[in-house]
Order: sequence, then C-alpha cells, then structure tokens
Amino acid sequence: MPSAKTIDKIKGLVCRECGKEYPAVSLHVCDMCFGPLEVQYNYKAIKAALSRKTIEAGPKSLWRYVDLLPIQGEPTAGLHAGLTPLVRAHNLGAELGLDTLYLKNDTVNHPTLSFKDRVVSVALTRARELGYDTVACASTGNLANSVAAHAAAAKMQCYVFIPHDLEASKVLGNLVYRPNVVEVEGNYDDVNRLCSEIAGEHKWAFVNVNIRPYYAEGSKTLAYEIVEQLGWLAPDHIIVPMASGSLLTKVWKGLNEFHQLGLIDRLSTKVHGAQAEGCSPIAAAYKQGRDFFKPVKPNTIAKSLAIGNPADGYYALKATAESGGAMDAVTDDEIVEGMTLLAQTEGIFAETAGGVTIGVLKKLVKQGVLKRTDTTVALITGNGLKTQEAVMNAVGRPTRISASLVDFQKTFHLGKHER
Amino acid sequence: MVKVRIPTPLRPLTGGKSEVEAPASDVQSMIESLDTQFPGLKERVCDDKGEIRRFVNIYLNEEDIRFLKGKATPLKDGDEVSIVPAIAGGAHPGKGNA
Repeated sequence: MPSAKTIDKIKGLVCRECGKEYPAVSLHVCDMCFGPLEVQYNYKAIKAALSRKTIEAGPKSLWRYVDLLPIQGEPTAGLHAGLTPLVRAHNLGAELGLDTLYLKNDTVNHPTLSFKDRVVSVALTRARELGYDTVACASTGNLANSVAAHAAAAKMQCYVFIPHDLEASKVLGNLVYRPNVVEVEGNYDDVNRLCSEIAGEHKWAFVNVNIRPYYAEGSKTLAYEIVEQLGWLAPDHIIVPMASGSLLTKVWKGLNEFHQLGLIDRLSTKVHGAQAEGCSPIAAAYKQGRDFFKPVKPNTIAKSLAIGNPADGYYALKATAESGGAMDAVTDDEIVEGMTLLAQTEGIFAETAGGVTIGVLKKLVKQGVLKRTDTTVALITGNGLKTQEAVMNAVGRPTRISASLVDFQKTFHLGKHER
Repeated sequence: MVKVRIPTPLRPLTGGKSEVEAPASDVQSMIESLDTQFPGLKERVCDDKGEIRRFVNIYLNEEDIRFLKGKATPLKDGDEVSIVPAIAGGAHPGKGNA
C-alpha cells in the first residue's frame, strides 16, 4: 500500500467561493470573502499511487482510503473507525417496494456508534499534526461523544460544548470519558456561535470550527465504502440525513473523486437529502427552488439534526441539484415510525436521524423518485440506544408474569399440547 | 442616515468602529456610500459582479435582505443594518507549521 508519507497529497486550503489559497493550517474561513475553506489535493500524485488493489490491501477501517484523506503522516486516532456493514435490506425493501435496498449501518461504528467516528478520526490525527494538545467541538451529541472518546484514548485535553436539552444517553456518553462537558443554555446554533468566539481566544483544535476543512473530509469515506462494498459500483441513489449539510456534500464529493480517479467507470448516483420538519431549512429551500435558506429555530425530536443555521446548506443544495436528487422532510411521528419500521424489519435500532432517513426514503418511493429496480442506499448514521426517549412510548411494555409455567402458558394462550 | 453594524474582520477598514452611519436609499447605495467612506469595503462584501457575497449576510432590522428585495431593499432614516459573515470566524493560524 502506498504510504501517506510517500505521496505529497495536500496542496493547501482554498476558498470554495473566491479561490484564494492558504497553507494547510487550522483555518476555516476566507479572510477575503468569508467563504468556507476546503482542502486542496494533489490529485495527479494520488492517481498515480492509488488503485482498487491498493485500497483493497489496506487496513479494515476507513484508513484504507488514507490517500484521499487530509493528513500528512500516519493516522494516530480512530484506527478502527469505519468499514461498517452495508446491509442488504430485503425485508424493509419489500415493505417499501424496493428490490435492491441497502443500509449503510454506522450505528455500529467504532467506538461511539455514529458516523462521527469517521470525521473525528481524521480531525484528531490532523489536530495532532498541527501541534494541538487540546481538542473541542460544538455538538448536537454524537460528535461530542466521539471527540470525548478519541481524546481520552489520545490523552488530549478535551472540551465538548452541547445544548442543554440533549438526550440522557448522549450526555452520559460524554461524561464517562471525563472531558470538560459544557452544557450551554441555548440550541446548537447558540453553542456554535459561542464556540467560534472561544476558538478565537484559545489555541484549541475545535474539530468543527477551525479544523473543519480537515474534519469534514472524513465523511467522504461513507461514499468510498458504499462503492467498494457494492463491488466498485456507485448506486443509483443515496439518501442522506442533513444537519449542517456537510455529510451530503462530502458523500457527493467522494463519489466524484472515485469517478475522476478512474476507480469507478460510471457515476449517475442521485444524492437525496432528508430533514425533520421541525428543522428543515435546507429541504424547505429545495422545495421553494431557492439556493439560499432561512435559518430556523429547531423544534424536533431529531436533536442530532437540529441545526437551524446549516453551515453547508448552500453546498448541500448544490450537490443535490448537480446529482439530480431531491430533498424532503418528515414529521416527528414519521420519524418514530421510521425508527420502529427499521428495527422491526431489519433488526437495526437507529437513532432519530435514522428515522428521518427511513421516513424520507418512504416518501421518495411514494413520489416515484426511487424506482423499484433502482439500487438504493440509505445512510443510517447513529445508534438508537442514544435516543431512547424518542421511542419510549412507541414500543410497548414487557409482559410481566410470575415465575410459573402455567402463568406463562396462560398469558400467551399456549396450551401444553401446543409444544 | 442609516446605522450600519460592522463585523470584527471589517473593522480595520472602518478605523476600528463597530457602528458607522451612511446616507442611503437602499442597500446598494449604502454599500457605495460605505465604500466611499471606507475604501475597500465593497470588495469584501460584494463579488466582482457586484453581487453580495454568498457568505456575507446583510440584515435590515433583523431580517435577511435576501428575503426582502436584496440589494434593492429600500432603506429609510433610522434603519439599522448589520453586516454579518455567515460563518463565524475566530480562527487563528494554528500552533504548528505543518
């Protein structure tokens, strides 16, 4: 495998809007036009070194794609993240009317059970390369869990900032690693604004603020894995849940990189975006045919997607348009239905964001956007054990009996002869 | 005259002032007037076609002018306008040289 060391793959950072170039430091906003910065790669060198074979010979983690990730040396964090199962969903497919449905199952990502383990692996490795000893993040929950866990393993100082009203498991899932958990009175957008101010004052690696150009690239590995797991084929559709819109943007970027590097011959994937109605600024802009959005005050059980002022909303709209995809939103009731349907058909307990994805998947089939024979992949990005509150009243209660065979058989109407 | 709130990264152009005044009948003329008073301000706020940059938000009394009439949004005396970068800054160029 060509080691990251042998390829000079990072050229620097570049403004996505005005094209101004910067060295590959911890910087995320263009000082000229205020546009977001992105990592610029030396694709020529990468293409010369990269092939399906070199990837297949790589580690059984997202680091098999290290040549397309923005770190300079060897990975030093999250060595086991990624390469999650791509599950062929026969039962859910039959229920919805899709013959070839797959679920990209990041509910079992290592170590904190969400796709955030991907971005954090890249962000922490890069943060260490840039000389930081303290990491931080603004989070709706999953990111904080992942940053806290990885920081513990990397022996780094850690501050995670979360809104005050998160699910109990997401709060506990920070505290157990002993970072500084800062609960901010406000929603995610308030937390994010505060973190930008703090990032200006303290020399910390805020993974989704000043390290964002590197961090966000980790999401591309979802697209890479899907393609490789389908036998080096890009699917017809990918359904992506949207909070900031970054994940959708990077999934589309990953597909295009594989195409441009000749790792896939054909790319006609449509990338679709899913939001909760209680926080759907991007999907609303899509429906109204606008390329700009109106920030909202989130009000949804899908707290992991509750970003009212999405940083990558514009680029998510652009990626969806370029790919020919669609966007839609679902109600809180539909989210719970999506979660229970997924659990009861495929045995996968996803968090609320998974309910959003399944709800929108269902809608897109009904609207005729997804055809029965199309190869469709839905991204299931987080684990249901972290958002138990959402389904608590929708899953019934255990049946209580005395410790008696007779009581059991009577309760379940099972006669002795029915054995 | 309208009052215009200037974000931190543009204050080097306004002599450090966080709030300035400009005579203006609409957002377009406000930007021109600001550029006359503080040369170089327009190119930070507008692209080379004169359109307001995508990651610069301009609010009239708290409403994003994209949802009003854009650059043609009329202004009257006493209006308060804010120029706000869409992505909050606050970054520093890192600790290491990598």
